[in-house]
Amino acid sequence: METLFFLIITLVAIVSAILVITFKNPINSALSLIMTFFCLATYYVMLDAPFMAAVQVMVYAGAIMVLMVFTIMLLNIRVDASKKHSHKIFLGSIIGFITFFNLAYILFKSRAAAPTGPYSVDMIKQIGHTELIGKEMFTNFLLPFEITSILLLVAIVGAVILAKKKI
Amino acid sequence: MENLNGYLIVSAILFSIGTIGVLTRKNAIVIFMCIELMLNAVNLTFVALSRYLGNLDGQIFVFFIMTVAAAEAAVGLALIIAFFNNKETIDVDDINLMKW
Repeated sequence: METLFFLIITLVAIVSAILVITFKNPINSALSLIMTFFCLATYYVMLDAPFMAAVQVMVYAGAIMVLMVFTIMLLNIRVDASKKHSHKIFLGSIIGFITFFNLAYILFKSRAAAPTGPYSVDMIKQIGHTELIGKEMFTNFLLPFEITSILLLVAIVGAVILAKKKI
Repeated sequence: MENLNGYLIVSAILFSIGTIGVLTRKNAIVIFMCIELMLNAVNLTFVALSRYLGNLDGQIFVFFIMTVAAAEAAVGLALIIAFFNNKETIDVDDINLMKW
């Protein structure tokens, strides 16, 4: 049953990912991308990571995609069917397939180490995923977490400067 | 955790589709969306391996990747808008100010 569900979600994820790169209109691409993000959130739930699924839906499918759709609306680009692709579509596809075979080869050939970490499924279900993530983030990863705030500040300043009329 | 290979293959497929999109599309916003797709494929690998190894470090990394992606979206879209104000287009073929 779980395998069947996994296959259905995989089908939807891959089809909507292909639609992202084949639709002519950017707004359709954006909606397909939101569908792919929801499929990834489903994967995270299946992987016992409900907090990641919630963040995926809120940050990616919510914030980032709303920003993109808003930009598309703001720019009001006319769709020109004759200029959809650049002329390098064949070469690009070949490079994409080489990337895929390379990744698949590496992922199948490499052996992941045996499960060694302290967090078992029972522990995650008993204590709660969000609590464990929070504990980890505010103890072992406290410095990266604080540096993230500087990154966001830089992004805010950069976006405001770039969006001015005269740069 | 018997289905690890399935998740890794899905992530490889999504990453390759993102690569093809970046290399073949001309609309800057669609290229941007394909980059987000590639970032998400990597996120899936992180979460699957983190779950398999019983180690939460990978999921913390996903959290940071999402932060970087949000910052990237804000700055990148501001760049696209600034470019559109100057040249009235967002085709990457027309973005050649720094080529020679």
